[in-house]
Amino acid sequence: MADPMRIRAQASGDKATVRVLMSHEMESGQRRDANGKLVPAWHIAEVTAEHNGKVVMTAEWGPAVAKNPYLQFSVKGAKAGDKIAISWKDNRGDTRRDEATVS
Amino acid sequence: MKRILTLGALCLGVLSLPAWSQKTASQGIDEYRAMLQDGNPADLFEAKGEDLWKQRRGPKNATLEQCDLGKGPGVVKGVFVELPRYFADTRRVQDLESRLLTCMVTLQGFNGEEIAKTPFGRGEQNTLTALATWIAAESKNMRFNLPQGHQEERTFYELGKRMFFMRGGTHDFSCASCHGEEGKRIRLQDLPILTKNPGDGVGFAAWPAYRVSNGQMWGMQQRLNDCYRQQRFPYPGFGSDATVALSVYLGVNAKGAASVAPAIKR
Repeated sequence: MADPMRIRAQASGDKATVRVLMSHEMESGQRRDANGKLVPAWHIAEVTAEHNGKVVMTAEWGPAVAKNPYLQFSVKGAKAGDKIAISWKDNRGDTRRDEATVS
Repeated sequence: MKRILTLGALCLGVLSLPAWSQKTASQGIDEYRAMLQDGNPADLFEAKGEDLWKQRRGPKNATLEQCDLGKGPGVVKGVFVELPRYFADTRRVQDLESRLLTCMVTLQGFNGEEIAKTPFGRGEQNTLTALATWIAAESKNMRFNLPQGHQEERTFYELGKRMFFMRGGTHDFSCASCHGEEGKRIRLQDLPILTKNPGDGVGFAAWPAYRVSNGQMWGMQQRLNDCYRQQRFPYPGFGSDATVALSVYLGVNAKGAASVAPAIKR
């Protein structure tokens, strides 16, 4: 149900730079609502990046990552036309997967 | 103990001042903004807005694709830099957000009054912000050229000017108190002079914008309403004549300035 990510992947030389924007509340679990009750933590917990179907990076994220997070990394050997897929899973079990083509 | 710690931190702050005194605070902030530029989460709202434009919604189960934003039904590119303007069908001067609400009412059958009363950041107000973000982005780098041909548009300019200089409230503030002379700031934010063209991508040409500090996307309506809150006035309200008139004043003054919206703010 989550909103789609924005993925841009651009090849230059022997690598491609991937820029990802994810749409997520990233509630830290430290904040209180108007009634003084803790707002439960709700954040992305796992991020996986695939290059043509092969996992090239996994990351474990916690509550310290900002709302609507931005992730940038480079993939060695990725060329124009290759597929980059990003997926995340949050601590409520919600997931999102989006794909982009390297340009 | 806490006080001692705070004092210690203050001393450190003073001692370390000369080390970065070559760079002014505002240069440092500009650098920080430049770093954020590449991953502006406004992109996410843009994508959402584009989607909402084409989605069948509301009691009439219709899209907004026939919405007339001033350049004919369905035309999106370039409308942002020519709003607010007078619309013959509603016989009112409208800005982007109030015009979008009109379309949501006439095309999709939504209850306009209810949406206008909804607090910013909730329910259908989020729809309006996302739509405005996308439509503003479609005019990125274009130059402001608000129409002033209709008498109502000229009246709204004069009304906006009066609003801008009208002092009142507990602090006896007007918009001009902060935006009327050089070198003013709120905390670390430099405030543009809005009685003349403040330049490309400043002031009216920078909203809607994503605010990093609270992770919220703000349209011009929320920006102006919040300016009034900061002056200790009540909100004039979403789509009120007061905020639209101010937009006309700011937009006409910004004639020729390039739009960078959706921008990113601290």
